[in-house]
Amino acid sequence: MMTIRSLGRASSRLALALGTALAFPVWAVGDLAGGPKVNQYDLHPPATAIAADVQWLHNFMLVVCLVIFFAVFGVMFYSIVKHRKSKGAKAANFHESTTVEIAWTVIPFIIVILMALPATRVVVAMKDTSAADLTVKATGYQWKWGYDYLNGEGAGIGFLSTIDPTQREASDAGKPTGDDYLFRVDNPLVVPVNRKIRIITTANDVIHAWGVPSLGVKQDALPGFVRDAWFKAEREGDFYGQCFELCGKEHAYMPIHVKVLSQQAYSAWVDERQKEMAAKADDPNKVWELAGLQARGETVYVANCQVCHQASGKGGSGIKALDASPIVLDADKLKQINVLLNGAANGAMPAWKQLSDTEIAAVVTFTKNHWSNATGQVVQPTEIAAARK
Amino acid sequence: MSAVIGHDGHGHAPGHDDHHDHDHHGAPRGWRRWVYATNHKDIGTMYLLFSFTMFMVGGVLALGIRAELFQPGLQFVNPNFFNQLTTMHGLIMVFGAIMPAFVGFANWMIPLQIGAPDMAFARMNNLSFWLLIPAAIMIVGSFFMPGGAPAAGWTLYAPLTLQMGPSMDAGIFALHILGASSIMGSINIIVTVLNMRAPGMTLMKMPLFSWTWLITAYLLIAVMPVLAGAITMTLTDRHFGTSFFNPAGGGDPVMYQHIFWFFGHPEVYIMILPAFGIISAIIPAFARKRLFGYTSMVYATASIAILSFVVWAHHMFTTGMPVTGQLFFMYATMLIAVPTGVKVFNWIATMWRGSMTFETPMLWAVGFIFVFTMGGFTGLILAMAPIDIQVQDTYYVVAHFHYVLVAGSLFAMFGGVYYWGPKWTGVMYNETRGKIHFWASLIFFNITFFPMHFLGLAGMPRRYADYPMQFTDFNMIASVGAFGFGLSQVYFFFFVVLPMMRGKGETAPQQPWEGAEGLEWEIPSPAPFHTFEIPPKLNSTGTKILGYGLPAQDAPAAA
Repeated sequence: MMTIRSLGRASSRLALALGTALAFPVWAVGDLAGGPKVNQYDLHPPATAIAADVQWLHNFMLVVCLVIFFAVFGVMFYSIVKHRKSKGAKAANFHESTTVEIAWTVIPFIIVILMALPATRVVVAMKDTSAADLTVKATGYQWKWGYDYLNGEGAGIGFLSTIDPTQREASDAGKPTGDDYLFRVDNPLVVPVNRKIRIITTANDVIHAWGVPSLGVKQDALPGFVRDAWFKAEREGDFYGQCFELCGKEHAYMPIHVKVLSQQAYSAWVDERQKEMAAKADDPNKVWELAGLQARGETVYVANCQVCHQASGKGGSGIKALDASPIVLDADKLKQINVLLNGAANGAMPAWKQLSDTEIAAVVTFTKNHWSNATGQVVQPTEIAAARK
Repeated sequence: MSAVIGHDGHGHAPGHDDHHDHDHHGAPRGWRRWVYATNHKDIGTMYLLFSFTMFMVGGVLALGIRAELFQPGLQFVNPNFFNQLTTMHGLIMVFGAIMPAFVGFANWMIPLQIGAPDMAFARMNNLSFWLLIPAAIMIVGSFFMPGGAPAAGWTLYAPLTLQMGPSMDAGIFALHILGASSIMGSINIIVTVLNMRAPGMTLMKMPLFSWTWLITAYLLIAVMPVLAGAITMTLTDRHFGTSFFNPAGGGDPVMYQHIFWFFGHPEVYIMILPAFGIISAIIPAFARKRLFGYTSMVYATASIAILSFVVWAHHMFTTGMPVTGQLFFMYATMLIAVPTGVKVFNWIATMWRGSMTFETPMLWAVGFIFVFTMGGFTGLILAMAPIDIQVQDTYYVVAHFHYVLVAGSLFAMFGGVYYWGPKWTGVMYNETRGKIHFWASLIFFNITFFPMHFLGLAGMPRRYADYPMQFTDFNMIASVGAFGFGLSQVYFFFFVVLPMMRGKGETAPQQPWEGAEGLEWEIPSPAPFHTFEIPPKLNSTGTKILGYGLPAQDAPAAA
């Protein structure tokens, strides 16, 4: 395997030389703490006991496999060198030996059992999600994560976590930048250090998977079902993961950012967040003016819709345009509202029923009065509430 | 000259028509020979050409993937089309390339190895081949349907499949047809092997390739209907209001995975067991020494097949199983290492103190053992549930299954083509070109897939159209390797396959390999259109023909 590794290195130099020769851009990138290092070739530095166990298991397996590898292929290549016809080797006549057969069945069997023992201990530890200090529900949406703090300090906090739209645009443009490219989100999951965090996963539409390599946790998020996993970060810092189960076209663009804070900093964050939520809570019966609702709608649009429908509202590559769309311009407001609540085009346009009445009303009003659309229509949150029924 | 298209369609090799004189129905000429084909050799040839075509189509899709992943950011395709590429690459390679190619080998070699005149059901054989064509058209044509090809991954996990456009239905129908074709092929193989062996060819004297295919055929019959069930439930969920897998109606998406992998895991052994058979033919031939531990090879194959039914959920460790479930599937999976190890040890023991030469088939066989075993090691590492959870759905898994499917199944088949090609076409391949093909493939294969282990350990998820920039260098290396690997296969077609098919090259003797044993080497090269119309009389090991049932005939020239 070493020869192949050095071959890999040689070809890496070749590829780089080729890249420079053909004037490909040279990517300036550094290590991302809590995420991948440049050309990382091993598991992440563990931040939890489980991740450390997994790393130990992997190293242990690697060593055992390499020993077997060199023993077995040492014999094979010795034979290839020595037992050649060109060297005058005469074929022996043996072709059976029950003793040998039994030996090389029983010995691997024992090795396998020895491998299974430490693995069993880790499996049992991974599965023990009891006695958590903080329980957070992670919900997979196409294509973002929603976090709801269910139990423990901060219960009641809930928010969505979406990729930074500039990174999404950079991807489309083929011009990625930054060490945290494809990892930056608007609202990271914030948890305290040295506390057992239980993550309950579920999903809204299709299967996603919530995983953070440094924390040694990965759990599918299944629509209609709940599963759980846990981690206890042993140091503060930022840790990054991504969605690990194919969930449609934006699969690569729903990163996970876990911010591990000290207990005090976490308490302060909870405080601030709770005040913010109280201030932000929308009165669902409020009657809005066009301008106010439109401004609110723009923020909803940027956070949720712009990825596909574009800032220009023109859509593209299979995504419908909103600008001058007959459904958006229609006098019957319900047509557009229903598309938002139920989705359309076989899920190419997902349902957005998880947004609040005010948010949906705002974004509908925004699209009806932006770009060349000038219907003057205002959709109130109460109309959304009525349409939900 | 049955594998040679064009001239001499009648195909009676001179000097071997002693017992053909009564034969008034030679090969039909022109298109009828192929469309109405009932001859196992013609059908085998068509299977092999079909699967090579699909291999090229799937390869172009793979190069689309690697071109996009050469650099971070989107350069060539949008994410939706990228998902179509990965999905269709997987489906086409598994169902269009690897599986039919092995059926092609079975068609050609099983009757020759067991001394049967043809496959048991010649017309069903014709049907099972020709069913592939509409299926292939439907599956490749799905790219041109509204919304593009299916983009839910080759595993077709619900409920993502429920969001797909009409091409998903085309894909499902295509899989149904391919499944029907496989089941018919399997029935044919089982009946041929069990009923049509020449007198004296007992099961335990049968060449291992026929043995592995017999076991594979049972696996196929057991699991193809399971796949058909899973995708039919997907179909009714999509169109007829059922909710097998749709959670909105009370369905369970994890049930889909259980059903799929109950098919899917035996499926991976379907794609590797015949490869074991080919390797078990090549190694003894070039070591000039009998296969070590024939009996244990048969038992090991059967054990692998049986174990393959109780390990499926190791593909699903991250779905969240109870501890006992995880432990059971982890232990069962690790157990597979034992019979697989026995096979590798037997091959090496066969080489040990042999008198080896390294013509191209032997190079492929040794390359197979070496690289396939690396895939076996990563398989053992992946069997450990905690490690698997850490690298589930990353490039580590991609590396692992390409080591066992490309370096395993595909390398073994290349070995088989070089080994039996002279028998099929009557022409020797060019040894230098064969060696170029081998070394280029081996080196580029490792350049492509070895860095993927690193990417996976570092956490790069699979099926991603774009990736964090820290992963760039290894992706570039993999892409360069992939294009090299693709070009090596184009070279193989134009400089090895085509010359052989056109009859250009040294004439192959009846027995081109000094140490090869078996009935296929007891008949002329190229194999006459009809063989063993009269059952041969075999020697005690079932490897030599002493004569035919009718008037005594000179023993064929000893090799």
